[in-house]
Amino acid sequence: MSAYVIKRIILLIPMLLGITMITFALTKALPGDPVYTLVGERSSPEIVEKVRKEIGADKGTMRQYIGYVSLLAKGEMGRSYYTNRKVLDDIKSRFPKTLALAAMAMIIAVPPGIGLGLFAALRKGAVSDRIISTASMIFISLPVFWSGLLIMLFFSLSLKILPPSGTGGLRYILLPSLTLALPALATIIRVTRVSVLDVVNMPFIRTARAKGIKEKSINMLHIMKNALIPVLTVIGLDFGSYLNGAVLTETIFGWDGIGRFTMEGIIKRDYPVIMGCIIVGTVLFVLINLLVDVIYHYIDPRVRLHGTDR
Amino acid sequence: MGLTGKISTCILACIFFFSLISPAVVRYSPDAIDLDSIRQPPSFQHPLGTDNKGRDILTRILYGGRISIGVSVIAALLSMGIGLAVGMLSGFIGGKTDFLFMALVDLILAFPSLLLAIGVSVLLPPGIYTVMIALSAVGWASFARLMRGQVLCLKESAFIEAARAVGCGKIRIMFVHLLPQCVPLALVMTGLKLGGYILTESALSFLGLGAQPPTATWGSMVSANRAYINSAPWMVFPPGIIIALTALCFNLLGDDLREKFDIGSRHDLKKHV
Repeated sequence: MSAYVIKRIILLIPMLLGITMITFALTKALPGDPVYTLVGERSSPEIVEKVRKEIGADKGTMRQYIGYVSLLAKGEMGRSYYTNRKVLDDIKSRFPKTLALAAMAMIIAVPPGIGLGLFAALRKGAVSDRIISTASMIFISLPVFWSGLLIMLFFSLSLKILPPSGTGGLRYILLPSLTLALPALATIIRVTRVSVLDVVNMPFIRTARAKGIKEKSINMLHIMKNALIPVLTVIGLDFGSYLNGAVLTETIFGWDGIGRFTMEGIIKRDYPVIMGCIIVGTVLFVLINLLVDVIYHYIDPRVRLHGTDR
Repeated sequence: MGLTGKISTCILACIFFFSLISPAVVRYSPDAIDLDSIRQPPSFQHPLGTDNKGRDILTRILYGGRISIGVSVIAALLSMGIGLAVGMLSGFIGGKTDFLFMALVDLILAFPSLLLAIGVSVLLPPGIYTVMIALSAVGWASFARLMRGQVLCLKESAFIEAARAVGCGKIRIMFVHLLPQCVPLALVMTGLKLGGYILTESALSFLGLGAQPPTATWGSMVSANRAYINSAPWMVFPPGIIIALTALCFNLLGDDLREKFDIGSRHDLKKHV
């Protein structure tokens, strides 16, 4: 078990190198010269050269990359070209806000998602099942930026019960996390439903019923325990989609988290910020997937963890 | 095909058809500014109202559809092409090539997809080709994974062995025997994913990385008019509804295809771009 986890973590290193390479190549290929964005188009050549030296843009691409990786190895991510603040510090201060958003979205999405999925599966073909299935398909198809606007219109502009934007306590977090939760909720409903339908027809359910076990405990103990495994994968993968969705939701609702920070970095061509955000996001995504794999093992001992399964 | 599949196909056909023939039927130009009729609510002259520059919303939606749907479909086909090529090579050749290609696929699937698409699209000047490239740069990986699996499966089957036995070369086996077996699956997968492509395309346009103003796309219409959501809701609702409707129809159609062809594991549900 621990050998498996260690192996996966060691495999993370080439993966991280690959990620830094891709993001570095991306930022190097960006149009526009950050030096000119910093000092303005009409500065004297001496100032331009001085700033170029300061941010290290005068060295070759390979040396810049090596410099960046060795900086990362020391646990640093460089400084923002604009605010001259350490990128890692900025990410650290914003990260809890995005995490709070994701956690709140999960609280909104996971329990009702599993509940409604189970409910729909046990009434397969009935009107309630069709309504739930259709509604979940609609929620998957709504563009996040548009449903966010609708939610904002309804709750803050028409009902005037919650603030439309800003960062803060519970009153501020509800609307963006609801926006983030809707597609996740819909996906969880769909996956739970399919997964429960798979399990319901298994022989061991028939056996349990033949033994006279109450329907309620069959649903809870026998069906749910087995049906939850694929649901868990989706919840793990959803974390990645929260990072995606966070870029849009945080921009709309003015939530001061990583998503908005990334977007600002992109608009200002602030390379260290863009790279820092993408690297942190991706590492998190990979780690969550590892965690899901490990949790699998505890829920379902049939899942053997060794080697990299493809 | 089930009833929902048929209905979705009909709705999609309507959206395609009207977008396609829009230049022939609409009265207004999509970009013509008319300051005498700004922010007018729906009326007989303007069935869906006008925006803050007096442009007819319906006209802009029809013209925007040409771009939004066109970009998504082309990007999906591009992803399919790249995925098909990489997946087949990877599965057929195996060994180091396979390892390298699959490492790259894993790497791309490890990125949160919208972040990577944004990353790619800021590389190039904003525009429709940029969005196409960004969507396919992210989207090909899952196609490659599926195609590799398919080829690995087919490689061991009797008809390939027979082809090898009668002396077919590798290239002939790949193009004449394996390719026809992979293309249908790839096309079904494209259908499955189109809803996701529509949503990502509109998200990128919403963020201002797609076609630039005054050109209309569905995503940029929502973005440009969102400040008026309370005072002039007709400016924001129609483009959002049409994005959702198109994505919904593609998804319902994809569901039908999935059931019929039995592909796309549950784990794949979330993996659209």
